Amino acid sequence: MQELILSMLVGRAPDWVVVFVTSLLGVVAIFTFVIFSNLAAVWIERRLLGRFQIRSGPNRTGPEGLLQPLADALKVVGKEAIMPFAVDKWVYLAAPAAVFAPAILSFAVIPYAPGLTLLNIDVGILFLGAVGSVGVVPIFMAGWSSNNKYSLLGAMRAIAVTVSYEIPLILSLIGILVLGATLHLETLVEYQIEHGWFLFLQPLAFIIFFIAGSAELNRTPTDIMEGESELTAGFHTEYSGFKFTLFYLAEYTHVLAFSAVIVTLFMGGWGSGPGLDLIPPALWFAAKMYLIFCVFVWTRATLPRMRIDQLMGFAWKFLIPLTLMNILITAIEVYVGLASIPIFLINTVLAAVLVVLWTRVVSVRGVAVNRSEYVARMMSQPTGQAGR
Amino acid sequence: MTRSFTGDEFAAAIRRSFPGAVIQSERDAVVVQREAVRDICFYLRDNPELQFDFLSSVTATDYVDYFEVVYHLFSIAHNHSAVLKAWAEGRTNPWVPSVVAVWKGADLQEREMWDLLGVRCEGHPNLKRIMMWEGYPGHPLRKDFLEFDHRTFQAALQPTES
Amino acid sequence: MVQPSPFVVNMGPQHPSTHGVLRLRLVLDGESVLDIEAVLGYLHSSKEKLQETHTYLQTIPVTDRMDYLSSMTNNLGCALAIEKLAGIPVPDRATYIRVIMSELQRIASHCAALGFFFNDMGAWHSPLMYFLQQREKVLDIFEMVCGARLTYNYIRPGGVSQDLPPEFYPVVTKFLDELPRTLDEMEQYLWDNEIVRSRTVNIGVLPRELAINSSVTGPVLRGSGVKWDIRKADPYCFFDRFDFNVPVGEKGDCFDRFMVRLYELRESIKILRQAMEQLPPGPWRSEVPVIFRPQAGDAYGHIESPRGELGYYLVSDGSVSPWRFHVRAPSFINLTALREMVIGHKLADVAVIVGSLDVVMGEVDR
Repeated sequence: MQELILSMLVGRAPDWVVVFVTSLLGVVAIFTFVIFSNLAAVWIERRLLGRFQIRSGPNRTGPEGLLQPLADALKVVGKEAIMPFAVDKWVYLAAPAAVFAPAILSFAVIPYAPGLTLLNIDVGILFLGAVGSVGVVPIFMAGWSSNNKYSLLGAMRAIAVTVSYEIPLILSLIGILVLGATLHLETLVEYQIEHGWFLFLQPLAFIIFFIAGSAELNRTPTDIMEGESELTAGFHTEYSGFKFTLFYLAEYTHVLAFSAVIVTLFMGGWGSGPGLDLIPPALWFAAKMYLIFCVFVWTRATLPRMRIDQLMGFAWKFLIPLTLMNILITAIEVYVGLASIPIFLINTVLAAVLVVLWTRVVSVRGVAVNRSEYVARMMSQPTGQAGR
Repeated sequence: MTRSFTGDEFAAAIRRSFPGAVIQSERDAVVVQREAVRDICFYLRDNPELQFDFLSSVTATDYVDYFEVVYHLFSIAHNHSAVLKAWAEGRTNPWVPSVVAVWKGADLQEREMWDLLGVRCEGHPNLKRIMMWEGYPGHPLRKDFLEFDHRTFQAALQPTES
Repeated sequence: MVQPSPFVVNMGPQHPSTHGVLRLRLVLDGESVLDIEAVLGYLHSSKEKLQETHTYLQTIPVTDRMDYLSSMTNNLGCALAIEKLAGIPVPDRATYIRVIMSELQRIASHCAALGFFFNDMGAWHSPLMYFLQQREKVLDIFEMVCGARLTYNYIRPGGVSQDLPPEFYPVVTKFLDELPRTLDEMEQYLWDNEIVRSRTVNIGVLPRELAINSSVTGPVLRGSGVKWDIRKADPYCFFDRFDFNVPVGEKGDCFDRFMVRLYELRESIKILRQAMEQLPPGPWRSEVPVIFRPQAGDAYGHIESPRGELGYYLVSDGSVSPWRFHVRAPSFINLTALREMVIGHKLADVAVIVGSLDVVMGEVDR
C-alpha cells in the first residue's frame, strides 16, 4: 500500500508532501491500532482476571461483555471532573496529557511488517529507552500538584522505582545488541528470523526485561505506586473524570507498548515459521503482542505485592548483577563465534544455574524451614504455659 | 477446666497480704477497697501461686448510688480464674485507680469505661474518650443519660468542655 | 540546614484495607512508621445500652450484628451467659448442634480472614475468591438451617431455634470432604511464595509476655506461642469430648498468625466430623418462657470465637431486661497491641499487620 501511495504522489508532488502524507497516514493507523488495542486490552484483562479468580468477568454488556470497555469509557467520561481547590493548576492539568505521550511514542519505532515502520531510525533501542525514561516526569507532576500526602508518597515511590528499574531494563538489552550488532529494530527482527528468537538465545535477558518492565509499568507484583490497599490510588488519587481516563488509558497503552517492544526484541517481531507466511505478518505481530499482554495479566492475577524497600533491593542486588553476568557470557559466546543452537543451550542452562545460585545469596526468606517440621512444631506445643 | 475461685477463697488469698482491704465477699467475687486495687493487682499478678497474668475484662456497672468496677482475672499458667470488684461512690466524680501498669490490656477498656460511664481511672497515661468524640456532653451508658432527643443532640454538637 | 520532619498521615476511616471503619493516625518518617494511634468509634451504635431495654431473648439478634463475620459464636456466647445467669438447662442434642454451628462458623470466618489478609498484601482478589468460594458453601448450609446468611439469631437461651433439616448431614459431609483439597492448594501456593514470606515473616512481631499482658486472645495470642484456647482450657458445650489439637506459633509474626488460622481450619474439620457422628437424637430446645426473669446477680460467660475470647458480662436485677450487658470484644482488646507491633515497620506493613489481627469493626465499636 505504501508503494501505491508513493506511486500516486511521487511524480506529482514535492518530497515533503510525500513524507508528510505517508507519516500522517502512519500516525493515524498507529493511533487507531493503539486505541483499539486499549479497548481490547481492557476486555482481555477483566475477563482473564475473572477466569483466574474462578469467576467470569464482565459478560452482560454486549455478547460476552465485548462492549464493556465502551461502557467503561462512557461512564468515566461522564463523571464530574472535580478539581481540588489547592492544587497547582497548570501542572495538575498538564500531567494526564503528558503521561499519555511517552506511552504512545514507543509505537512509532516498532516494525509491524516487513518494511512497515513509522520512524525507521537507526537508534531504535535508544529511542525506546529515552522515551520510557521520560515517562516518569508526568507521574511526579501528578503526585506533586495534587497537594495530597498520599499522592506525594505515590509519586516518590514511582520515581524511586522507575529510576531503579531503568538500569536492569537497558542492561538486559545489551546482550541482544552484542548478538545482533545493531540498534536498528528492523535489522534485529530480521536477525531473529534468520538466527532464532532472542527469547531462546537470551532467556535470562528476557526474564529480566519482563520483570523490570513490569515494575516500570506499575503492574503487580510491583504496583506499589498505586498500591490500592495502602495508598488508595497513589499519584492519581485526586483525578476524576476524563483526566483519570487519560491515566487509565496511558497505563494500558504503556503495557501494550511494552508488549510490542518485547515481541519485537525477543519474539521475532512480525516473523513466523516457514510456510506460515500466508497469514499477514502484521497479524502475527498483533497476536504475539496480545499473548505477552496475557502473560502480564497472568502475573497480576497470581502474585501479591512487594514492599518498596524489597522492590529496590530486588532491582539493585538481584537483577543488575544478573544482567552484568549475562552481558559477559554473551560477549564471550560472540567472541568465540558460536552458532545459534549452542548459544541457546548454554544460555538456558546458565540462566537457570545463575538464577538459582544468586537467589541463595540474596534471598530474604531466611532459613528455609521444612513445612512438615513447622506444622509438627505448631501442633505439639505443651498446654498453656508454652515454655514458661 | 478452669477452676474459679469462690468469693471466700479469693478473699482469704487477698487477706493474707492485704488484711484490711476486703469489704465483702460475694458468692463468686470479692469487693475490695478501691484505694488498694492497684497494689492488690500487682500482688495477684506477681505472686507465684496465684499468678493472674491475664486480665480478661475490666468494666463497670452503674448502680445509681455507686459504680461497681469488675475485673475478670485469669491465670494462663495455673488455669484458674477469679473476679475482683471495687466500688466508686457517688455520681459526680467516681474514680478507681488504673491498672494499666499491671496489665497493658486494661488500656482501651478503661478508656471505654471513662467515655461511656464516666468512671475516671486515676493514673491512666492517656485517658481520652474512645467511642465518642472529645467534647461530647455526658456519658451515654449511665442510667440517667437521656434517650435521644433533638435537644440533647443539638447540645452534643456544640463544642463544650468535657 | 533543611531538617526532614515526620509527617502525619491519616489512614481511613474509608480505606480499602482497614477492614471496616478503622481510622489510623500514623506519624511517618518517609516510609517508616514512628507512631500509630487507632481512632475508634465510627461504627459505635450503643448496642450495650440498647440491650438494657430488651428482654433476654431479644438480646440475641443484636449480638449477631457485633462480630458480623461470625454471628453463630456471638449468639452462643450470649446464650451461655444467659443460661449461667438464669440456670437454664440445655439438652444434649442442642449442645452438639451448637458445636457444629460454632465450628462451621469458624471455618467461614477464617476463610474470610485469610482471604482478606492476602488482599491486604496486594494479591488482587485471587486467593480471596478461592477462600470465599468455600465460605459461600458454609453460608448456603446456614441458609438451609436457619434461613439467614449473615445474622442468624439461631442459638437461643435453652437450645437452638429449630432442628436440623434432613438434608443437613449429606451436604455437610460432602463439604467436609471437599474442603481439605482447597486448603491444600492454598497452602501449597502460599507457603513457599517468596513474596508472601517477605511480606509476613518477622513483620508485626508480638512477643509472648507482651501478648499475655496486653490481654490479646485468639490466633494472635496463639501465634505468639501461648497455647491458650478456651475450648481446651475451659471447655464449654462438650468440647472436652472431641479430639482436636490447637496450633501454636513461635515468633508471633504475621506468618505465624496466618498459619495458625489455616491449621485451626483443619482442626475444625476434625471436630465437625466427630460432632456429626456423636449427634444424639432428642429435643433441640428446653422449655423456656419467651419472657423470663432471672435472679438478681451477675454472670460472665466466655467462648472462643474465631477472633479470640468473646465474653459476655451480664448483670440482672430480677426484671425482664438485663441491668448491664457488657461484651468483652476480642477485636477491641487485640488492638491494644497494635502500637508495639507496628512501630519500626514501613507503611506498607501497617495494612498487613492490621489484616493479620483480623479486626471486625462491629465488635470493636459495638
